Amino acid sequence: MSKQARTAQSSASKSDRVQKWIIGLILTVFGVAMILPFLWMILSSFKTEAEIKQIPPTLWPETFTFDSFQKLFTEMDFTTYLVNTLLITLFSFVGLLLNAMAGFGFAKYRFKGRDKLFLLVLATMMIPGQVTMIPVYLILNSMHLTNTMLGIVLPGFISAFGIFLFRQFMSALPDEILEATRLDGAGEYGMFLRIVLPMSKPILAVQAILTFISGWNSFLWPLIIANDEKLYTLSVGLQLLKGQHGTDYALQMAGAAFMVVPIMIIFVFFQKHIIENYNISGMK
Amino acid sequence: MKGTSKAAPYIFIGPTLLLLAVFSLLPILVAVYISLTDMDLAGLADYSNIKFIGLKNYADVLGDPVFLVALRNTLFYVVIGVPLVIICSLGVALMINFGRNRAFKVFRVVYYLPSVTNVVAVAVVWSYLYNPGVGLFNYILTSLGFDKVPWLTDPTIAKLSLILLALWRGIGLNMIIFIAALQGISRSYYEAAQLDGASNWQQLTRITIPMLRYAIVFVSITTMIGWLQFFEEPFVMTQGGPLNGTVSASLFIYQNGFQFSNFGYAAAGSFVLFFIIIAVTLLQLRLQRKQAEE
Repeated sequence: MSKQARTAQSSASKSDRVQKWIIGLILTVFGVAMILPFLWMILSSFKTEAEIKQIPPTLWPETFTFDSFQKLFTEMDFTTYLVNTLLITLFSFVGLLLNAMAGFGFAKYRFKGRDKLFLLVLATMMIPGQVTMIPVYLILNSMHLTNTMLGIVLPGFISAFGIFLFRQFMSALPDEILEATRLDGAGEYGMFLRIVLPMSKPILAVQAILTFISGWNSFLWPLIIANDEKLYTLSVGLQLLKGQHGTDYALQMAGAAFMVVPIMIIFVFFQKHIIENYNISGMK
Repeated sequence: MKGTSKAAPYIFIGPTLLLLAVFSLLPILVAVYISLTDMDLAGLADYSNIKFIGLKNYADVLGDPVFLVALRNTLFYVVIGVPLVIICSLGVALMINFGRNRAFKVFRVVYYLPSVTNVVAVAVVWSYLYNPGVGLFNYILTSLGFDKVPWLTDPTIAKLSLILLALWRGIGLNMIIFIAALQGISRSYYEAAQLDGASNWQQLTRITIPMLRYAIVFVSITTMIGWLQFFEEPFVMTQGGPLNGTVSASLFIYQNGFQFSNFGYAAAGSFVLFFIIIAVTLLQLRLQRKQAEE
């Protein structure tokens, strides 16, 4: 390598480093803006009601108080909302199992109409929620499932995209292992539970995290189906709180923090799996 | 190897197909039917009260001034929101990808975080930030010497405020898709370009952007469909106000269906929106195909 080329290269890597610093700085500035609402929410949730209306506002709470969090459970019925939310989340894992089963059925069996049925499953992704929202409500009503837990969870069980991802993953499982399991005398369903599911751990993990997040966040359907406050979820309860305690921002921020912080922790903990999900789906 | 037991595949896919039939396919038929009737609360109580009225709902909804305002607002959201989301998420993805080290991976988490949080919680927080009296945004503006902004009380500014919120929530997902696509571009293109002395900017415009074409098409179509259905932000932040200034087509359908119980009328509105979505998507696909041919 000539001397000239070497100096050119070292000056290029120097300007590269400068560019990296500038870009890092830009990302940091906008990143702070992205985080700011959450930061403000958490800090405000520990302020007193008086302090929160103070002008100029304080950044750090002058007096730390857990009053607002306590009020969520005494003045509002957040215990019930939390239990309902956890129940819905738990139930939605039944849906996850159904999706995995369907993905396996489409991946590893040859049967009449398979490809057409799979296309039909994918086609349901194109139907906008606004079109099905009202008829699904009417159908649930005719089945006497409005205002029941089953009515809240049932329409959300199936995820066509989830089935697609399971099928993608399970198609790649080696046929020889399945065949060997059959020769050992295992039935199809035993094989699914004992061999296929354990081998599909990576995709199951991602889908389980996403199922948990969407179950925890579920809002519109519980709002439509639940008339009774006994069936309200955290997000519906929070909407109620926003209406009833419109100016008590400390209480509102405590309610929001109660909903958001657990998800933030789970996301930060599992973010690698979630983000890599988009590589599995082959979006390249 | 494929399948020894004849019944097994049907038992694996059966429950799913049943649920899809009841909650995805049957609803379309029901929606078509009720959109041709005067189905409302009386009809819900006793099906014999339902009257067939032909295309009257469609004619009415297309002449409904509120629906037309809702369509105009939706157009406003799409025209401003869609390009903003695509440009911002692409920009962030390019910057994060440029770093290619550990510190930059932290940014992926930071920018994706708003996407996984609950919309009601987010709305509660942003309503507080937007509050004209005690909100943080107006405090920052006044301490910098600017006037206070009526974030949610002026019809046009309210729309922009909702777009800002939706942008904040929407960057993450598209950014991840772009990053995945960026990492799929082979390093050898860049190595060859660097040997030829191409600058970073030339590498970006000559290699990166053209190689991202499919990702950009995918993101712009899904984002467009999503924004045509813009719903959650106006629903939880403004309920469509002030003076229907933020009501979107989806919110109009929801309000007519579940607040006024005009199920037939709302179903007709939902099909108008559905046709618009299909038409826009087909148009976009055709434009993109034409561009690819050139």
